[in-house]
Formats: sequence, structure tokens, C-alpha cells
Amino acid sequence: MAELDTSQSGGKHKGKGKKRAKKASTRVDLTPMVDLGFLLVTFFMLTTTFSKPQTMEINMPVKDKSAPTEQQGQDIKESKAFTLILAGDNKVYYYSGMVQHADPKKCDYSPEGLRKALLIKSHDVPDVFVSIKATNDANYRNVIDALDEMLITNISHYALVDITPEDIALIKKL
Amino acid sequence: MPKVKIPRKSTTVDMTAMCDVAFLLLTFFMLTTQFKSDDPVVVDLPKSIAVIKLPDTDIMTVTMTKEGRVLYGIDGKFNRERLIQKISEKYNIQFTEEEVRNFSLTSSFGVPISQLKNFLSLNPADRQAEVNNPGIPIDSANNELGVWVMQGRLSNPKFRIAIRGDGKVPYPVVKKVINTLQDKNVNKFNLITNLEAKPIETVVQKKQ
Repeated sequence: MAELDTSQSGGKHKGKGKKRAKKASTRVDLTPMVDLGFLLVTFFMLTTTFSKPQTMEINMPVKDKSAPTEQQGQDIKESKAFTLILAGDNKVYYYSGMVQHADPKKCDYSPEGLRKALLIKSHDVPDVFVSIKATNDANYRNVIDALDEMLITNISHYALVDITPEDIALIKKL
Repeated sequence: MPKVKIPRKSTTVDMTAMCDVAFLLLTFFMLTTQFKSDDPVVVDLPKSIAVIKLPDTDIMTVTMTKEGRVLYGIDGKFNRERLIQKISEKYNIQFTEEEVRNFSLTSSFGVPISQLKNFLSLNPADRQAEVNNPGIPIDSANNELGVWVMQGRLSNPKFRIAIRGDGKVPYPVVKKVINTLQDKNVNKFNLITNLEAKPIETVVQKKQ
């Protein structure tokens, strides 16, 4: 019964002794069609599920064009400030507090490096504010990795900030 | 002893119902699938644990390639038509109907506006070629990406902006793109990433 029965049997043309051509069976085997159907279903199912891209939402601080740049972002308490400097060659430097009396340390993007530092810091200071400053040698992956670490370590206050000459001077010394 | 004969039943099953189901599902998936847009560039997205899904519609994409070229794309045929009309008014370039249609079929492009007319007269395969997509100027003197973003938002204010960048894009390019967006008062945007498993370690630490 794996067939579609379309033959017209029955007593429609009963009675008269007309000669009828022998009817070939019109049953079609539907198995290959079902196979094909499911093959395509599988294909479409897989393509739909995997093609939706994931995104990371980012809110940049609103640029106040009237205020001079030096005065922006300066209203964070020194005790809460934590700065990441993304340098080239997948290196990260971090320090707490202000740049003037900073003691920068070097690490990388591995779980043992940056994540550990962030976890320790956020444990000590729960409402830490992380400024992410990328140098010109850094690449997009570094930025995403740094932002990703914020998600992983559940730090909710962070911003992408332009790097200052002081910061550049600081990491040059190392 | 007489053998007990078990009557044999036919093992063939009626496939009609199954066939119906298969094709019903097939139709459903065919109608709901959105194929990956054929972008003229290959972008190796960085990984992140972010799980927010990108909305399907009303999206403007800024693509950055690893050489630092910037491409712009807008979603929807009608939006593209409206956008090119705006650009044509702003720059006083007359586009033929053919060029408007070609533009409405281009998912993403990277040409300066001065070369746009030329670009649209190419055939679809050539429009995908790298040579023909030198990138949209993002210098402060001639920031055409800003113009595109601005006009795109004017043609449909609901638009969200997504940045799709290769992991190797140098940071100055990223900074220029972000600054451009901020200049146009776009302070909220999405960065498209690939999914990566969330490390278990932090979950453990949270519990302690």
C-alpha cells in the first residue's frame, strides 16, 4: 500500500460489452518522493537554525560636542576605576585607579590572564567601572574579546574609551 | 502435528500521509528560511558568548574587512530603492531605472559615491569582485559612511546598525567607524559575533 491509488476501479462501465484497453496500474510508489521531501526538510531546517547571527549590543556614551574631551568620563571614583589597555600582539595591560599613579600589569586574553584579573577586581570592588582603551596596534578581535570578558565576568559598567597620550607613555615604559 | 500458519500481513505502508507531512514541513521551512546574503567579502567573525539574536529586518550592516575596507549594506529592496533616491537628490546624480533596480538587489557594496553609477552598470558577478569594492571613504574630510548611515536612517528611522568586522581589522578603522556612527548620534549598535560556549568556571565562582 505504499502507493497512491488513482486507478478508477468500480462498476462505472458495467453492462455493455465494450472492449476496453487494458488499464495499466496507475499506482505510483511514493517512497522516493518522501525521501526527497525529508531530505529537503532537513536541509532547510539546518540552514535556518544556523544562519541567525549572534550579536553583542553596545551602548556608547553620548558624545557631548560642547564639552572639551578632557572633561568627559572623569566623574568616576578613583577607587572604582579600572583600565584595560589593549596593545598589539594580543597583550593587555591593566591598572586600577588613575593613570598618574598607576602600576600597570601585563596579561593576555586567556582565562588565566585577563579574566582572572577582572574577577579579582570585581570581587574586591563590586561596582567597578572598566574603561577599555585600545591602542592603534590592537585589532577588532581584541576589542570583542575584552567586551566578551565583561559579559563573562558579569561586569555591568564598562565603556570603550579613546586612549590618552598618558596611557601610551605608560605602556611604552614597560 | 499440523503446522500453525500465521497469515502474512503486507509490510507495505501507505506513504501518502507521510508524503503530505514532509511537503508541508518543506513548504514551511522554505517560506521561513532567509538565506545568507551573498556578501562580496569573506569575514572571519570574532567569537563571543553573547546570545542576543540579530533582528531579521530593518538592519543596516557596516562590514569591515581585514584589509580595512568598509562596506555598507541595507536590508530590504524597498529601503534600498528609497535610499538611492535620497542619495540621487543629495548628490545630483541621475540614476536610470536599471541602475536603481541593480542597487535594490545589491546586499552590500563598498564604493565611493562618485563611482556608484559606474559600479551599478556592472553585471552582478562583477559587483561582487574585490577590485570593484575598494571601500567606502571614512576619512574625516570625506566621510561617506556617515552620509549613507544618515540617509538610511532618514529613509526608515527604525533601522538598527550592526557592525560586522573581521577579527583582524586594525583598531584605527574600528575607531573611525564607531566615531562616524557617534557623529550621527548613533550610540547604540550591535556587533555581530560568532557564538562560543560560556566557560563554566565563572558560574562556579558565582555560586561560592
